Amino acid sequence: MASTTQEFRPPFATFTAPLSALLAALFGFVVGNAYGEPWIGFVMGGVLGAIIAFAIDKLPFGRTQSRLGTIVILGLAGLMTGSAGGVVSGVLIGAVLSWFIYWLDRGEYRKNVPLYYTAGQTLWHNAFMLICGLIFFFLIAPLLPVMWLSFNAQDFFTFTPEMLNFEAAGYSLKHYRNFLTTEEWMIPLKNSLIIAPIATVISVSLGTLAAIGLSQSHVPARRAIMAILISPMIVPLIISATGMFFFYAPLGNWIELNLGLSQTFVGYVKVILAHAVLGVPFVIITVTATLVGFDNSLTRAAANMGANPVTTFFRVQMPLILPGVISGGLFAFITSFDEVVVVLFVGSARQQTLPWQMFTGLREQISPTILAAATILVVISIMLLTTVELLRRRSERLRGMSPG
Amino acid sequence: MSETTQSGPMLSADGVPLKTSLARALRRQKIRALLLISPLLAFVLITFIIPIASMLFRSVGVLYLDMYRAVEAKAHTRLGSRLNYEQSGISSLFRTSGRKLEDVGEDFEDFFKDADSGMVKGPFWHGLMQGEGGEDLLNDRLGLLTDLTSLEASSDLGFTLSGETAALLPWAARAYADWALFTAIVDEDDVSKKKPWAGVYAALALDLADPATQSAVAAYSGSGAAELQAAVANIADMPATEFRAYFEDIDDKWVSGETWALLKVFGSQYTSGYFLNAVDMKLTPDGIEQRPDNERLYLKLFNRTLIMSMIITVSCILLGYPVAWLLANLPMRSANVLMILVLLPFWTSLLVRTSAWKVLLQQQGVINDIFVWLGFVADDARLVMMNNSTGTIIAMTHILLPFMILPLYSVMKTIPPSYLRAAKSLGATNWTAFWRVYFPQSVPGIGAGSILVFILAIGYYITPEIVGGTDGVFISNRIAYHISSSLNWGLAAALGTILLAVVMLLYWLYDRIVGIDNVKLGG
Repeated sequence: MASTTQEFRPPFATFTAPLSALLAALFGFVVGNAYGEPWIGFVMGGVLGAIIAFAIDKLPFGRTQSRLGTIVILGLAGLMTGSAGGVVSGVLIGAVLSWFIYWLDRGEYRKNVPLYYTAGQTLWHNAFMLICGLIFFFLIAPLLPVMWLSFNAQDFFTFTPEMLNFEAAGYSLKHYRNFLTTEEWMIPLKNSLIIAPIATVISVSLGTLAAIGLSQSHVPARRAIMAILISPMIVPLIISATGMFFFYAPLGNWIELNLGLSQTFVGYVKVILAHAVLGVPFVIITVTATLVGFDNSLTRAAANMGANPVTTFFRVQMPLILPGVISGGLFAFITSFDEVVVVLFVGSARQQTLPWQMFTGLREQISPTILAAATILVVISIMLLTTVELLRRRSERLRGMSPG
Repeated sequence: MSETTQSGPMLSADGVPLKTSLARALRRQKIRALLLISPLLAFVLITFIIPIASMLFRSVGVLYLDMYRAVEAKAHTRLGSRLNYEQSGISSLFRTSGRKLEDVGEDFEDFFKDADSGMVKGPFWHGLMQGEGGEDLLNDRLGLLTDLTSLEASSDLGFTLSGETAALLPWAARAYADWALFTAIVDEDDVSKKKPWAGVYAALALDLADPATQSAVAAYSGSGAAELQAAVANIADMPATEFRAYFEDIDDKWVSGETWALLKVFGSQYTSGYFLNAVDMKLTPDGIEQRPDNERLYLKLFNRTLIMSMIITVSCILLGYPVAWLLANLPMRSANVLMILVLLPFWTSLLVRTSAWKVLLQQQGVINDIFVWLGFVADDARLVMMNNSTGTIIAMTHILLPFMILPLYSVMKTIPPSYLRAAKSLGATNWTAFWRVYFPQSVPGIGAGSILVFILAIGYYITPEIVGGTDGVFISNRIAYHISSSLNWGLAAALGTILLAVVMLLYWLYDRIVGIDNVKLGG
């Protein structure tokens, strides 16, 4: 068969050229629509697409050369509109169009499907890939404008013409400066950094112990206990918050009156305990999942060699389940770090946390400083996610479950 | 093993029957497991389960009111507006009566001023009431005040109630304690300097009108004895302590049976009124009846919450299924990379994602800008995608999608790809192979993901609050409104109870179908 020695090339005139022209015509339609003449754009785009497809198929240029050529030509066409936005869209359309033409012309669309697939099956496979790509886009894309807008030089929540034309005047770091220098944001950040770690430590230490207890072979009422311990994740936050409010408000008053502790201190304790409860389910879930792969004969071996239970726990069991404990802790941390409803009810103004400040900001005064804070939080979550991923892989490698 | 012929129970090495020995070992193991679990279990039970349970009891309402204190704490209007849900007009009755009660108290104040001018000064009262032994009463009153005003008590009141005076002048002691607490906590003033509310004089008059108290005052010798005796001596000049008449003067609604019937219905320790209100019925003195059409708010809200949660769940299935399939069928390495794209939004702060949707969906937002720039939408006819249910559905689908993808993925991972190939080699088309072989095996994943997403969606608060406007809010937002703005806590608790019941039912189902310990986080 020819396809084994020479790469597969679909027919140009009946396949590549019409499809390339169609995509280019769609781009033309969209661009034309922006100038009020969609159908002229459609025809011009179609013709241009057919010409480029012809050039790529017939002329003896390399891949890089022809793709760059297409991008430059369309970028110049965009320049004629006289705006930076036009150039950027020209370049983008050029990149997509030339990739698409190559993808069709060189038969790459069949690269990931078995040889015996019919045309219909291949079409479905690629359509499915496109759908998945769009869903991934839906998952990730909403975060991008937030990061972009956080560099806005204006105090608006929307893009300015300067930003869209990539002029230096449209960008500034002033929202980050505002975030880092005003008390309005630094005090909530400080509160978040006090509350979240302590709540995490409480839920991790109690949660790990309980998870070890739960994963023993004979636990009476295991299901019921598990259901109770997971419930803070399931019960709607507003109900948890209300319940805790009615519980902690009189308790806090009583403590202040009878033990003479300061109101601020008691306020922190209330919020920390409330957040610790919310973090518990995550620790239980991740640590019990890790313990499923734990070989109990190791603890017996340690006991056999004379180690007491405490030594066994810290020297044998803990190092092995540590990845699970840490990722559980990170979940608990992010739960507390991200929590608004409970802190709104249980805390007082002195315990204002970062999410609380963002929440009131989003509801009342709309300042792009929120977007700067959001960008910083996204960066933090990327770091946490990376840590969890690395830990998970390490844990799987330790247990010999994956190639890593 | 020489004793193989021995009859009786089998023994372990130390001579105890093996059965007993094993049972003991098992018991010890169980106790150790429970000991490990108990600290956390106690923590969760005390700070989470019990508070929620006690909140549910609150929904069968506790209403107690000391009218005068409520006037000063401005809480009488809150009780009024709470009752206003039941009968319009009661709120204004409370409000006007509150103001007129002041005048009644001042008549008594004038009387005491005539008897002994020292009696209308702060030091007399402070001297009379200050002492030891009245702590319980004081704390009771403090509890009532904090209930009404949601204030936090400070530790230093600068005042302790005398038990002796409280026994001698019960009404006056209560009224004075209310005033003192209010002055110390709300106004942050020095209790010993200020003269009390007029209402305290009315309470003292009520005490002194009792002949038993008059004789007790004659025998009393503590601080302020002289003034009190002077007042008793002039008792004939004291205005009548017929409070019923005063209330009748203020508004004859107070002596109408209907008002009190309503107060009784809602004032008893437990009432089903809030629950009925939560399902748009009302409790009238004659029985239960459905509210008129235009007042049926909560059933509509529950319906909307359920319908929107269902739409969100279905869109999550539609969007999550292809992605989970792709992740489960790609080679490990590329699947791990794509998994990060799913986990990143999962790890990103909820508020960040909500603010992102606010940036995208608002009328001057990114999506509208792009549409206008492309000419699909005229600049003056931008789409309204926010502050309505569309905004809530889009944003919440995005936020909850990872909770659908992760359970689906972990189920699909266990389906061997060879089944599909086998089906196809037996002549099934792609569609038949998928629908008859693959899909039925992935249904547990759909079930797990759907229940999880539905449970989370139905109790959402933050996102609907920010992008939901008025059409897109959930029952949670209404509960929050009743707790923080309208202060109708009983109704809030009743709505919460119904919501919780729905969630618990689903949770139970989830436990049945999937098992709580099968929840997976992050692949």
